[in-house]
Amino acid sequence: MSADKNTEWQGDLAPGDELAEDSGVSAGVRGYLIGLVVSLLLTAASFLIIHDTFLWKPGIPVALGVLAVAQMGIHLVFFLHLNTGPDNTNNILALAFGVLIVAIVVSGSLWIMSHLNNNMMPIERVMDLHQQR
Amino acid sequence: MSAVAIADDPQRLAAHHGGNGPAPKRIVVGYGFWVFLLSDFIMFSGFFAAYAALKNATAGGLGARELFDLGNVAVETVCLLLSSFTCGMAALAVSVRNRIWTQFWLLATGLLGLAFFALEVREFHELIEAGNGPQRSAFLSAFFTLVGCHGAHIVAGGLWLGTMMAQFWFKGFNEMLIRRFMCFSLFWHALDIVWVAIFTIVYLMGVAG
Repeated sequence: MSADKNTEWQGDLAPGDELAEDSGVSAGVRGYLIGLVVSLLLTAASFLIIHDTFLWKPGIPVALGVLAVAQMGIHLVFFLHLNTGPDNTNNILALAFGVLIVAIVVSGSLWIMSHLNNNMMPIERVMDLHQQR
Repeated sequence: MSAVAIADDPQRLAAHHGGNGPAPKRIVVGYGFWVFLLSDFIMFSGFFAAYAALKNATAGGLGARELFDLGNVAVETVCLLLSSFTCGMAALAVSVRNRIWTQFWLLATGLLGLAFFALEVREFHELIEAGNGPQRSAFLSAFFTLVGCHGAHIVAGGLWLGTMMAQFWFKGFNEMLIRRFMCFSLFWHALDIVWVAIFTIVYLMGVAG
């Protein structure tokens, strides 16, 4: 949308670039305020739902995960000014690659470690071996 | 809408992605710093993986449910979130080149960051005093490493913030300082994103799960 108005450079945007230059400070303040209020609501929801009167207990970690991902999205859009526009393609692609690596590191580590735990000798037998020596 | 229009026209697409010469320094610097921040996230993901794998390795000591005070964490979260907001306000003040408001919002950001760090130090101090230091169990080692690493980032950010305030005060707004400040605000917002993951995975899931 702003690519046509931007006479200096019709290219990419830096991450975190202020988009407020054509729309003024008040639009910028409004963006940060929306981000702040939505983040506060999501945070409050996260701290509330862990009391088991609100949710079925096994559902709590799932709900916490969803709320956290939603809040990270809010931060990325309203604080870091990442969006899906064509001028943001490079930033989004870098982010997607980062998310991929993070997912591989975390899920891969947990997967491997849980299998290692399964293959370990039970701790009582390790203790027995130590005492027999 | 305009995205479709640009994608349909190969010449405009080329012009849009570097076809009209190298990008300005501001965009190159911002992109490079963004890639650094993503690599920082990847480093944190290693610590998160270690924490998740060692969460139950308490070596007979206390676990997350007994150790963590969620009231303290809630205050820390609000401090960091507000400091992210004031950092955004400072970015707007810089964009209109207002010296006084820039200093005001940067000072607010720094004080909120300091409040966060003071609460974290108090929490660590209480844990260590009660004999639940990082040497107590693998779970606590992973906890102190992960949360302490975030705290170290906050301290580094605070020092960076102080030097930014001094530079804006004495040198005014020049292109280089504004680029540095853009990197700082990216860094500060990114730390808040890491904190969202920490308070969810370490504290809330630790206490609820």
